[in-house]
Amino acid sequence: MAIPELKESFSGVVFPVTIGTEKEEVFGGENTLPFHKFEGEIPNRPLIAYEIQDIAPEDWPETVKKVYEGVSDDPVKWAKYCEDELKARAIALRLIGTHPDQKDLSADDAVNVVKDVLSAVKVPLIILGSNHVEKDSEVLPKVAEAAKGYNCIIGKAQEANYKTIAAAAMANDHKLIAMSELDINLSKQLNILLTQMGFDKEKIITDPMCSALGYGLEYTYSVMERIRLAALAQNDEVMQPPMFGDVGMYVWKIKETQASEETLPEWGSLEERAVLWEAMTAVGLMIAGAELFVMRHPKAVELVERFVDEMI
Amino acid sequence: MALSGVEIFKLLPKTNCKKCGFPTCLAFAMKLAQRQTTLDKCPDVSEEAKKILGEASAPPVRPITFGTGDKAVKMGEETVLFRHEKKFVNPNAFVLEIKDTEDDATVDAKINDVLTSEINRVGQLLRVDGICITNDSGDAGKFGALAEKVASKAPDVGVVVNTESPEGAEAALKHFSGKGAVLYGVTAENAEKMVEIAKNNKVAVGIKADGLEAAAELTEKVKSLGVEDIVIDSGARKASEILEHNTLIRRAAIKKNFKPLGYPIINFVQRDDAMYEALVAGLGVCKYSSIVVMSSAEKWKNLALFTLRQNIYTDPQVPMQVEQKIYKIGEPTPDSPLLITTNFSLTYFIVSGEIENSKVPAWLAVMDCEGLSVLTAWAAGKFTGAKIANFIKESGIEKEIKHRELIIPGYVAILSGAIEEKLEGWKVTVGPREANGLPAFLRSRAA
Ligand code: B12
Ligand code: SF4
Repeated sequence: MAIPELKESFSGVVFPVTIGTEKEEVFGGENTLPFHKFEGEIPNRPLIAYEIQDIAPEDWPETVKKVYEGVSDDPVKWAKYCEDELKARAIALRLIGTHPDQKDLSADDAVNVVKDVLSAVKVPLIILGSNHVEKDSEVLPKVAEAAKGYNCIIGKAQEANYKTIAAAAMANDHKLIAMSELDINLSKQLNILLTQMGFDKEKIITDPMCSALGYGLEYTYSVMERIRLAALAQNDEVMQPPMFGDVGMYVWKIKETQASEETLPEWGSLEERAVLWEAMTAVGLMIAGAELFVMRHPKAVELVERFVDEMI
Repeated sequence: MALSGVEIFKLLPKTNCKKCGFPTCLAFAMKLAQRQTTLDKCPDVSEEAKKILGEASAPPVRPITFGTGDKAVKMGEETVLFRHEKKFVNPNAFVLEIKDTEDDATVDAKINDVLTSEINRVGQLLRVDGICITNDSGDAGKFGALAEKVASKAPDVGVVVNTESPEGAEAALKHFSGKGAVLYGVTAENAEKMVEIAKNNKVAVGIKADGLEAAAELTEKVKSLGVEDIVIDSGARKASEILEHNTLIRRAAIKKNFKPLGYPIINFVQRDDAMYEALVAGLGVCKYSSIVVMSSAEKWKNLALFTLRQNIYTDPQVPMQVEQKIYKIGEPTPDSPLLITTNFSLTYFIVSGEIENSKVPAWLAVMDCEGLSVLTAWAAGKFTGAKIANFIKESGIEKEIKHRELIIPGYVAILSGAIEEKLEGWKVTVGPREANGLPAFLRSRAA
């Protein structure tokens, strides 16, 4: 039976972003909705980076902490482990130790860690601050400079500190994560502010703020879908950067990844539950449009990569 | 629904007689197009117009009920492609497959998994909604025996009867007559016989097609044979195909009002690995599946899938809320601390979870703020000193506790003065900003 024409094509394209030097990775670049290869071009697969930290991950739940036992006390060992053993395609170094409530490490401490990690691995590096607005604007410019020539991603620039961080990313040729708080208009506004200061819109990665499955995922999901529709259907250029899901950080702090089966028998095995939680959160956001992810558990990454294989 | 007001107007009597309650036929047509009135209000429409308009105004995805009694789930009736446009209406059903070649112990365990799958999450009772019995053996007798077992052990649960053999269908379906089952496995080859059996047992039909054209053809055929409650399997098994077919089927129904594809979708997502299977099932949840058939239902997997379904199907305009009241966490005594928060489900869930983590029994006052988070409610003027004071006074908590101390969220520290002013004899203590600071905070106070 003849059925109506159902396929749709769009005038807009998501910018492709290339990171790294010795080993490059590209994500974004599609001119269609997530995984809609039946009606458009999807030149690149989503990129998942393994998260490591400048300090030992004491507050990570056991299920994921134990994976990195013996390497997580040293960022260089940790990064090497991700690259060599886990075959990481990219690494995300979170400078959480610089947070005033953590170890309050200095910008110089951070620079040293960044330099050591950069010289130890070949895969692209994403450098994330501690999400402390003031401290990040102190630390990130210095590490951006130290990482000059490595084509990294620096993040996150927020409304309150984007100027210094974006200027540093620009001066040192890095890509930039721009984070706003679960609102398409705020996200658009931040990208506009960035381009107004001369930042190339094709070097931005939009972070509309992540949330974990069961803890606001539906907000992130819908904001991402709306951003992607604006990019493709309305051909809105400031909405065309690829999107970022900071999954691991949001998932591994909630109860579902920590409560034991003894305390909550109706929730079943903790190990599987926690790993699936991270994978499911990533897959949900991937279906909504994100193409760059930071994750923690290798098994969750493996599951998501398998999902991408079946979708691409 | 696909018809515009003007198109509808052309089909009306155009007499402007006002019997419908509207000043003109055009005004009535406009309201019809917006689904704000119904066609039966006009006594003079022609039979022909009724037919055209009736078809056009039926929901784009046909409603079907799966299961019976308190286990019944409604499917279909969706109106949009993206959840930010409007709430997704009827959450998909999760269905566990049981094959008639599996041994008794496995069958019993699986039935038990379904019956014990219920979980309460953020105030909603969630469960595996149905069972798919599969005629793997090809033997009608075996299949009938499995059907009988499922029908007696899991009465009312929605059942998908999966067979392409009319003998198998006869043997199994008699156990689910009128019970909201689906006879799945109807193909172009067996349609006449199978639809007859479905009709006799008053159950829906699940078509099994290869591609969208074939699916559209087959639903028309089933309809012409007298059954209109249909679910569609386009043959998609690979995840990429599931996304493609489900998207195109939903577009056909909603954007083109193409009736032959205006039915709920059934997806089979069984995989060798339970964790991985959950991800493919998740794709079904996000992308338009109404029945997701899986091969296992572990508790951890259910929890993740139920949560995803709950997230995707919440109303984007009305946040999920919990009841306004004083909740007991643990076994609080008159000396236990009293904390306050808003009734946004997420907020309540996080805060109560952290209080539980602290192992310090406590009273948690949850105030109705129309489901907004603490800061959002504060910014919207719904979580103010006066309102909090009023709520505490009226809650009756003063009779339950000896002390007069209220712990407020750190983010609204600014409210402490205003509350103390309005709540005479009370002391306000500012708690940590993030709920995850609560265990340390409560424990250090208890010590
Ligand atoms: C999603 C969101 C919305 C959603 C609503 C979601 C909802 N159901 O509430 C929508 C889009 C509707 C919305 C609307 C508005 N929002 Co709004 N929104 C947010 C956002 C992004 C997340 C809120 C959220 O869900 N948090 C998660 C919940 C769990 O947090 P929570 O309830 O605060 O609970 C935490 C803590 O407070 C603590 N806690 C909670 N209870 C208790 C109790 C005790 C005793 C203790 C110790 C701790 C504690 O534990 C929890 C976890 O740590 C925030 C920004 C942000 N990232 O916080 C802005 C934010 C809250 N919104 C803001 C504003 C201004 C608004 C609006 C007025 C206008 C606007 N900008 O859109 C409207 C008002 C709504 C209205 N008039 O109806 C501002 C508030 C500014 C301020 N500092 O007061 C924020 C901070 C954004 C910003 N930076 O501008 N918003
Ligand atoms: S009742 Fe019918 S004919 Fe009369 S005004 Fe209304 S639509 Fe027109």
